[in-house]
Amino acid sequence: MNIHRFLALTRKEFYQMLRDPSSFLIGIVIPLMLIVLMGSGLSLDVKNLPVAVALEDTSPTARDALSFLNGSPYFSPSYVTSSKEAIALMDARQADAVLVIPPDFTSRLEQGHATVQILLYGIDATTVNAANQYITSGLQSWQSQWVAAHRKSARTGTVIVVPRQWFNDANTSSWMFLPGLIVIVMTLVGVFLTALVMAREWERGTLEAIFATPVRPLEIIAAKTIPYFCIAMVGLGLCLMASYYGYGVPIHGSLLLVFLSSVEYVFIAIGMGLTISSLVKNQFLACQIALVVSLLPTIMLSGFLFDLRSVPIAISLIGHILPATYYMELLKMLFLAGTTGPIVIKDCLILLVYALLFFCLSWKLTCKEVS
Amino acid sequence: MSDIIMIQAHHLTKQFPARPSSPAVTALSTLNLTVKKGTLTALIGPDGAGKTTFMRLVCGLLQSDSGSLSVCGYDVQQSPQAVQDRIGYMPQKFGLYEDLSVMENLTLYADIHSIPPDLRQKHFRELLDLTGLSPFTARPAGKLSGGMKQKLGLACTLVSTPDLLLLDEPTVGVDPLSRRELWHILHTLSEEKSLTVLVNTSYIEEAEQCQYAYILHKGQLLADGTPESLLQYARGRCYAVRVPQGMPPRFIQSWLLDDRHVVMDAVPEGSQVRFTVSSRQLPNHLLLQNYLPGAVITPVSPRLEDSFMILLRKAGSTEEETPGMPSLPKVPPAISGDTIIEAHDIVRRFGSFVAVDHTSFSVHKGEIFGLLGPNGAGKSTTFRMLCGLLSASSGTISVYGVNLRTARARARSYIGYVAQKFSLYSTLSVYENLCFFGRAYGLAAHKLQERIETVAGQFHLNNCLSMAAGSLPGGYKQRLSMAAALLHDPPILFLDEPTSGIDPLARRTFWRQITGLAARGTTIVVTTHFMEEAEYCDRIMIQDRGRLIAIGTPSAIRHQGGDSPTMNEAFIHIVETGRQKEDS
Amino acid sequence: MSSLSLTLYHIYALIIKELLATLKDPKSRVILIVPVLVQGLLFGYTATYNLEHVPYAVVDEDHSHESAEFLSHLDGTGIFERVATLSSPQQISQVIDNQQAMLVLTIPSDFSKNLHAGKTAPVQTITDGRNPSTAGLAAGYVSSIATAYNQKRSGQQSLVEIRSRIWYNPNNITRHMFLPSLIPMLALTQVLILAGLSVARERENGTFDQLLVTPLTPLEILIGKAVPPILIGLVQASLMLCLVLFWFKIHLVGSLAVLYLTISIFLVSCVGLGLSISAVAKNMQQVMVYCFLFLLPMILLSGLATPIRNMPPVLQYITYINPMRFAIEAIRRIYLEGAGLSTVAPAYIPMLALAAVTLPLAAWLFRHKLS
Repeated sequence: MNIHRFLALTRKEFYQMLRDPSSFLIGIVIPLMLIVLMGSGLSLDVKNLPVAVALEDTSPTARDALSFLNGSPYFSPSYVTSSKEAIALMDARQADAVLVIPPDFTSRLEQGHATVQILLYGIDATTVNAANQYITSGLQSWQSQWVAAHRKSARTGTVIVVPRQWFNDANTSSWMFLPGLIVIVMTLVGVFLTALVMAREWERGTLEAIFATPVRPLEIIAAKTIPYFCIAMVGLGLCLMASYYGYGVPIHGSLLLVFLSSVEYVFIAIGMGLTISSLVKNQFLACQIALVVSLLPTIMLSGFLFDLRSVPIAISLIGHILPATYYMELLKMLFLAGTTGPIVIKDCLILLVYALLFFCLSWKLTCKEVS
Repeated sequence: MSDIIMIQAHHLTKQFPARPSSPAVTALSTLNLTVKKGTLTALIGPDGAGKTTFMRLVCGLLQSDSGSLSVCGYDVQQSPQAVQDRIGYMPQKFGLYEDLSVMENLTLYADIHSIPPDLRQKHFRELLDLTGLSPFTARPAGKLSGGMKQKLGLACTLVSTPDLLLLDEPTVGVDPLSRRELWHILHTLSEEKSLTVLVNTSYIEEAEQCQYAYILHKGQLLADGTPESLLQYARGRCYAVRVPQGMPPRFIQSWLLDDRHVVMDAVPEGSQVRFTVSSRQLPNHLLLQNYLPGAVITPVSPRLEDSFMILLRKAGSTEEETPGMPSLPKVPPAISGDTIIEAHDIVRRFGSFVAVDHTSFSVHKGEIFGLLGPNGAGKSTTFRMLCGLLSASSGTISVYGVNLRTARARARSYIGYVAQKFSLYSTLSVYENLCFFGRAYGLAAHKLQERIETVAGQFHLNNCLSMAAGSLPGGYKQRLSMAAALLHDPPILFLDEPTSGIDPLARRTFWRQITGLAARGTTIVVTTHFMEEAEYCDRIMIQDRGRLIAIGTPSAIRHQGGDSPTMNEAFIHIVETGRQKEDS
Repeated sequence: MSSLSLTLYHIYALIIKELLATLKDPKSRVILIVPVLVQGLLFGYTATYNLEHVPYAVVDEDHSHESAEFLSHLDGTGIFERVATLSSPQQISQVIDNQQAMLVLTIPSDFSKNLHAGKTAPVQTITDGRNPSTAGLAAGYVSSIATAYNQKRSGQQSLVEIRSRIWYNPNNITRHMFLPSLIPMLALTQVLILAGLSVARERENGTFDQLLVTPLTPLEILIGKAVPPILIGLVQASLMLCLVLFWFKIHLVGSLAVLYLTISIFLVSCVGLGLSISAVAKNMQQVMVYCFLFLLPMILLSGLATPIRNMPPVLQYITYINPMRFAIEAIRRIYLEGAGLSTVAPAYIPMLALAAVTLPLAAWLFRHKLS
């Protein structure tokens, strides 16, 4: 490897990158857009859930039982007098849940056996789970208070659960999405962009001219890596700043480790991009393959959206072949949990192995030959 | 010239294995080839001769199957890098980075070859002067004209002062002026710096300027030698026949060519038609004499192209591919004075740049009208305006009596169009392509089938109707393009550089078709970089820098060009005097 | 031929040609089918917000009969799997940090004493907030188990019986709501890319000039280029539909005809966008980048993965110009609710409005950019 040749090629890559709008779009515009959309737009948390309450029993007791709905950030209730009206609201998609307090609620409560009915609009499973749970626990805590106030005699001990959540004091899903976003941006820049620009060189025949010079394959590979590495680092910087300052996601772990693991992952991604383009030598195909083997699985299988512990074992195994899964795990851990010994080291080592593997593979495939 | 050998190929063989889309191909078979230091060597041959494969083998970009190849004293297979450190190679697409400027491209190659800074400035100055690119150092390579790109590509390969220069089809799509400049540069380098150069080309007259030439055909060596010694194959077989007044030379050429067993080749040239015959003696009777009793035939001296054509015809290459030609009438139809295309005071601007400047001309019914000019002269723009691909900024164009501005779609139904590069749908079969274009021209079911049968017969496409258009060999592609353009039997046919990058044999076949079409009354408008092809036209028009600088019959143009012996020289003369007049 | 029938004949010729050009290439046939199946299966198996398996650890400082009884309730659910029994609270961080356990249950030493005294006996759950939605669910499960335990201990029924029913998705399986939404998503991706590439590919191959010199008018070319992507999109939608119906066996409640009508209208509204991209982009690479730039926000702001209600108001307004939002809502309602034409018809208005903007835009761009 000759340093002057390498620098010359790197300079060329930078010129090309700066003059090509797609690098700018993929490297900067798309990450920014994702930060805004994922940071503020994507949320699995239940907020202001429209609930239609059918107060068929208008007694003070019934109203008191529902007091937990008012002022709660989770619900925005609207009160009607019959279950028919409430269901009509749900059919019109103006309510996601219906709570029916039957006319005999108070009288049956006195007898010790009252019922309420919850109807949930089942098309959004996350909301359904959360709504069901919040309403149930709201009613239960009212119930225990009522019992305490009205039935002094019968006292049996009751177990209550005090939930505490670690690593996510704000309990928002943006804390979960933002570290994952970094993985997606790195994948996008590394695999997608690199595969495109390298395939373009094959397609336009510029590599053929460069091959017939003293340039070594390693220099070509290394020179392609540096500029896109820089773009990826800009993307990383943007994501980190947005997470920390924009959305208040804490970074409990070591920033140095975040940086180191990102460097490892960018090398993996770029290596994958170069490997794909050297295999197909065609922009359109390289693009499609990059999509199917890197971006989609990164979103779907790395634990970004869905917990890998809840999926079938086969899918989980596929997920664990992906380097993105380890990087995702590492980042979530470093962001939210702080540095914790052996697992960080394990993930870092796995990433290192992948990085070396893909780098060697792309080096091997970029032999100076045309077909 | 010394005796040091720069390239030595011995029994070199290269095969490409079969793929789903294409059968196995033997690109080179047991080739023996030697290039000595300090020589200009040409590699000539038709499409698929294996020229590019050989270049890539020399560069170490391909692995050979058997035989040996040493370059600059190294075995390429063993140490490709050592070879690559010492050569300059310009691939067909020039290998330039289009979004980098001229200077950045040069600097990149200087850096790659580790040229020290002091030497670098000197080299850059020399190369920029030599190529005339000095005023354009800041321009992105993608915005250069074809000729300038080619010269920049050359300059990039020369920054390192290589021991061996390899140029793969450097002059395809490049105008005669730029071509002449390129060869001038190559001669200078070869003489002053004793650079060794190997050039692939399908322009035979370029090979004449080399010291040694190899003629390849289907991976095999047909002949080699100095251009002088290669003439032996044609010596005593070349003749010329005078063209009587009022007779288009192309008719006589076609009559000669139709005499396939006797006449090997024929080309119109000014007021005569050159031809070569298969035997050392002029046969007693030529088919021509049926049409033109008392034709005056005189022997002429041979050219390399004559040898090339004879060798190729003897190798029996394209016999089976050559379609039956449309028969010609005994008496060429007179061209009526009716105007079929009229361009009046047309102007086309791109931003502040004026590509075509106040140009007026008309094309008559039934004539072959040639548009000529150097790269960037405005001839493509004019051509695109005539077929309605581009609208004029001002002025009017009417085609077949229809104003292009007001009734573009109707005007288009009267024209057929053959683009410069193959531009039919390559994944579709030949039949599907024809169906589509027939329908696009409104041919209904039964009429469509009838026309497809007719043109498929006319262009001998019947055997390959179900083949994917993209997998056809080069000659077939051209014929398919013609067939698609003629499917609706248009009165006017537009041809955009139809023969660019095509070997002489295919060019003859092509022009024979055109002559047949014109004889049946089709008006033809054609652009070309081959000046000798202007000889086929009834009238030609030369543009430069957006202006019309000459229009008239080929002989009138020759006269205007200082009575030059070849059309090429006449063209260069006219363009240069035009520029001098404008500059002063 | 009359001018109308000639126009129709021209369009017919174009459609046949476009379909052949796309489908004759074996590589593009693969590209059209494989990603659909891969995505369908991947999403089908991975997309789950349901929690069927909770690995948990316990710190039992009480070691009483009651605590053992409580834990056996937990273990008896089949969902909770005890992965560790810890001896001290100090060990908690370890099992949570390395993601061995999703939840840790702490039973304090006064647990049985409090119960016997008839007081409330708190137990604590600590959950891993790196994935807050699963964490919340797991904690909720423990609460409901505690409630059941209380009822069993007191031997009496709950005062308030909560009967909850989930409409349209009785078992609340994420897949049921997710998979039908994939039908429009996959079709959208494909239509946008195919329409986007249609002109760019012709331009790169030089065939576009050949097309322009024929008597075809720009409008005919536009329609001829718009219909084939829609047809292919419909085929892909059908492929996905088959996967959902026959592989994942999710019952289609609504009418097939309304479903197809909705998809068709949706695709018409998208194809104009693809064609506009095609007219503007200089080459195939730019087409891919631009498509990506549009696809990402369209998918993220569609309510596919997270509810629109949770987005900030500005983004919620933006979703009104996203045809994908309306398509997903309409298709979920048709598929799961069995909504009829009259219910989903209002969703057609924004989609058709978008088509009324993008198709003329594409026509204008065709006329002005293509010569």
